[in-house]
Amino acid sequence: MTPKTLFDKIWDSHVIRSIEGGPEVLYIDQHYIHEVTSPQAFDGLRARGIPVFRPNKTLATADHNIPTIDQHLPIRDELSRNQVNRLAENCREYNIEYFGLNHPKNGIVHVIGPELGYTLPGMTIVCGDSHTSTHGAFGTIAFGIGTSEVEMVLATQCIIQTRPKTMRIKVNGRRGKGVTAKDMILYIISQISSGGATGYFVEFAGPAVTALSMDERMTVCNMSIEMGARGGLIAPDHTTYEYLNKIPAVESRPDFKSMLLRWRILKSDEGAVFDRELEFDASKIKPMITFGTNPGMGMGIDETIPEGDNTSSFSKSLEYMGIRPGMKLLGHPVDYVFVGSCTNGRIDDLRSFVKMVKGRKKAPGITALIVPGSKRVEQQAINEGIAEALKLAGFELRQPGCSSCLAMNDDKIPAGKYAISTSNRNFEGRQGPGARTILASPLTAAAAAVTGRITDPRELLND
Amino acid sequence: MKRDKFDILESTCVPLPLENVDTDQIIPARFLSSTSRAGFGENLFRDWRFDKSGNRNNDFVLNNPSFKGEVLVAGKNFGCGSSREHAVWAISDYGFRAVVSSFFADIFRNNALNNGLLPVVVPENYLNYLLDKIGREPETRVKIDLEKQSFSVLPDGEPVRFEINPYKKECLLKGLDDVDYLLNIKEMITAYEFRNTLKR
Repeated sequence: MTPKTLFDKIWDSHVIRSIEGGPEVLYIDQHYIHEVTSPQAFDGLRARGIPVFRPNKTLATADHNIPTIDQHLPIRDELSRNQVNRLAENCREYNIEYFGLNHPKNGIVHVIGPELGYTLPGMTIVCGDSHTSTHGAFGTIAFGIGTSEVEMVLATQCIIQTRPKTMRIKVNGRRGKGVTAKDMILYIISQISSGGATGYFVEFAGPAVTALSMDERMTVCNMSIEMGARGGLIAPDHTTYEYLNKIPAVESRPDFKSMLLRWRILKSDEGAVFDRELEFDASKIKPMITFGTNPGMGMGIDETIPEGDNTSSFSKSLEYMGIRPGMKLLGHPVDYVFVGSCTNGRIDDLRSFVKMVKGRKKAPGITALIVPGSKRVEQQAINEGIAEALKLAGFELRQPGCSSCLAMNDDKIPAGKYAISTSNRNFEGRQGPGARTILASPLTAAAAAVTGRITDPRELLND
Repeated sequence: MKRDKFDILESTCVPLPLENVDTDQIIPARFLSSTSRAGFGENLFRDWRFDKSGNRNNDFVLNNPSFKGEVLVAGKNFGCGSSREHAVWAISDYGFRAVVSSFFADIFRNNALNNGLLPVVVPENYLNYLLDKIGREPETRVKIDLEKQSFSVLPDGEPVRFEINPYKKECLLKGLDDVDYLLNIKEMITAYEFRNTLKR
């Protein structure tokens, strides 16, 4: 048999029909929805007078448009409140499982799907959200879709897609001290640019990738979209199975053992051909920060802002950020620190932040937003003493949600202010109109939070 | 459900010579709280069109009366970032029917095709020529012929061929959508589910 890539194995087993001239009808195993990109899809079903085809294959949560304090109170903003209420009504009407505000399983869609055991290896997964690529960490084909496609999945459990090309990115060697999964993916994006993987589905492989924990793998796959990739995935291995084994809903399934056997084929065969292959050396990666207004504009924390390519896009970007080529950002004052999002809002991320701030104090003038990715992460942070340690250092753990990553709620960064953020996008106005975002790891964010400036986390690490 | 058909479009163009225009610029997140598809055009490129106090930014191309038309011509990697279909709704609602660039982000391209907004991919050097020409001669008219998959500058510019998959082309020409297609093969979908249950 011809050797196949992991991507092709999963894709091929989900194709229901190939349409003449290109696209294929793809069956979707798991569909996630949230309040922002679903209401118009439900309206579409109503206009056609059709039901949801497989309600038990869709899971709903409210995350984008919710406050991260006082979640027991009604949402103040009328439009936001209405949007969240609409999701609850739609789920009731169409019999879809919904984890709304205050539900003990509520959280960011890409945090709860994996932690509750809905995301499993070998699945096809979609959601009206570009960071659906996160679920690829479990060896799934997971990608973001638009609202018209959400309607397709609700109506038929299928979508029509053109098969993307395949790319393998191998990361060899070992990461240095203070270098996290976030730095690894920011480094890769800085090397290939924010459009460098457009049209491709990426498999991440190599020793530096297999060494990552599941939380770290999710950070890497989450940002595949930031290099333009349709999605990113990592072959499941013992790390994946150990993680799943700890989820009661998965471990207690009568078919868990037979699933484990089936998942063994979920790897790219020896000799499988990719449309493109890239290799990087983990030991060359430093703690990373971005300096511009797309995630491809990143550099090592101690490096100098490059001269750029002379385009108006590049100079517009630097002007927006209030910086110039030739400058260093190391030592640059910071106003806000945001830790959270589907990129870095998991327990590993909070642990990493706390490790750095423990025994130190929040720097004067810093406003910090520390936002857990889900109710479960919040509860775990309380149980592990993370919430308490944060308090001692002058920080406060908020309630879960997407928060300042896209600032649909009140968690906005004011115009002109510099925010070091563990989220995924440094686009103009992403964290609020005029806000200046510097993307970094939770460790680098912590170093800035206690010094008030962009600081190399390696200088503050003791062990 | 029937949608507007797309066949031939002749129009002047609006040039946006910026690269990596993301969907947060096309429609900022704070305008995504609506639960309908209508009215997003009002906030298209909101933070480039208006300043903090809501005054029009006269340097931005949409506020320049010399440039109008149903074709937006933009730099490479247009529509990157968030999957929000609101970006396509905003562009269509504003009055555009086609966007020309040297490449589009994948999700944006799918969303555009699902809403009858035609993404036209042209070679990078041709895009640069086009942006330059429109910038100098705002009255430049172009012709997009979907059936022939050709893009040209009127009256006598050399036509450039653009690619589109035949299925999507058919959908646009006839005003059909994917949900109709999928509903028609529901038996195949159920059969697939049945086969899969047996395998497990």
